[in-house]
Amino acid sequence: MKTPDHDNLPSEDDDGISRRGFLECMTWAGTGVLWMVNDGLPRSLGLSSAQAASAVKSSPLTFLQISDSHIGFDRPPNTDALATLREAVAKLKTLPGKPSFMVHTGDISHLSREKEFDDADQLIKEVGLPVFYVPGEHDVLDEGAGKLYRERYGKGSKGAGWYSFDQDGVHFIGLVNVVDLKAGGLGNLGEDQLKWLEGDVRGLSASTPIVVFAHIPLWSVYPEWGWGTDDGARALSYLKRFGSVTVLNGHIHQIMQKVEGNVAFHTARSTAFPQPAPGTAPAPGPMQVPAGELRKWLGVATVNYVPGKKNLAILDAPLMG
Amino acid sequence: MAKLLVGRFHRLERLACLLAPLLAVGTVFADDLVVQAADSSGEVKIANFTFAPQTLTVSPGTTVTWTNTDDIPHTVTAEDRSFRSKALDTDDRFSFTFTTPGEYTYFCSLHPRMVGKIIVKAGDTKP
Repeated sequence: MKTPDHDNLPSEDDDGISRRGFLECMTWAGTGVLWMVNDGLPRSLGLSSAQAASAVKSSPLTFLQISDSHIGFDRPPNTDALATLREAVAKLKTLPGKPSFMVHTGDISHLSREKEFDDADQLIKEVGLPVFYVPGEHDVLDEGAGKLYRERYGKGSKGAGWYSFDQDGVHFIGLVNVVDLKAGGLGNLGEDQLKWLEGDVRGLSASTPIVVFAHIPLWSVYPEWGWGTDDGARALSYLKRFGSVTVLNGHIHQIMQKVEGNVAFHTARSTAFPQPAPGTAPAPGPMQVPAGELRKWLGVATVNYVPGKKNLAILDAPLMG
Repeated sequence: MAKLLVGRFHRLERLACLLAPLLAVGTVFADDLVVQAADSSGEVKIANFTFAPQTLTVSPGTTVTWTNTDDIPHTVTAEDRSFRSKALDTDDRFSFTFTTPGEYTYFCSLHPRMVGKIIVKAGDTKP
């Protein structure tokens, strides 16, 4: 089992993200991530930085990532998750450049209620971009174990809601690892989805940049808290031959990044509430922060891709700070 | 077979008290009251992403009630799906009456690292 440690921090040699750059991402805890694909590997940059502005201008493909809106959550440290999503949306609307679309990496709602989905949709559509969703475990709590989610967001998807699409030469894959979870286990993709994934990428050239997004991290962030996916390694084995693979996740409500070979992993902030760093609390429940500081811990992200460049650039931006 | 009681536990308890005198003289309601008349119950607290106690031993006929005290919803889901709660938000409760001896492992279907077990064994008076 792997736990986050300094060895997991990307070094400048292998991915173009310096330790300092990574730490800067950490301090931008808050609003979102700007993802840029350069040289096939993604990079994240702070949304509010000048670097971000120039990156967006020079990149042919920019997309946004938001995660873990948890609409319906109304307890400390955030009694109004809708208000902080509204702030995130406002922030996304003022971004330089024109992103192509947005991905939402799950936990749109807190309890899978129609009204929670309605409220989230109402706000998110204000960004004015197509949105590609994958469900979080909070989105599949209805009697039909995700039926409501699939009716609303799953058009054209397979199984529990997985799918792929291509944009500007990049192959995007949305995976579902929050249904049919096994007692004692972690996130789970399941046999059907893995078979589909294997077939989905079979015909692609190894030079095709791949972006995978799913709610629970596909890598073992902290299995003790369930922060990992049991069969994630098998999914990644189908992607080994590709020169550039970027894996975007949510679920853990904090930015975490790792590069392993050609695969760059990144988790985004929540727009609702932060969770503690692995092992720093008795349980992974909401982390209590002073009211005035909450927005430093919430955020969104932007990603840029430039053909011929190895890295995608990911800009994480807090709601405040 | 076990009987599912969700969110009606208190009401049924009160009903049992009101009808107890009737039961003594033998009424047609007897069937409905057997579970309550046994008057055995067990409690499992859900806190900090764990079930406490993790293993609970009860006698047949015991109604076990789970209460979620976390700020995050959890579920109580039998591994063999013989019982299954809805998502329990903070302070929500779920009750299930175990009538058949055996070992029942369950987990939270949202956070499957959370596991627990109910052992139903004849002869044990109280958990």
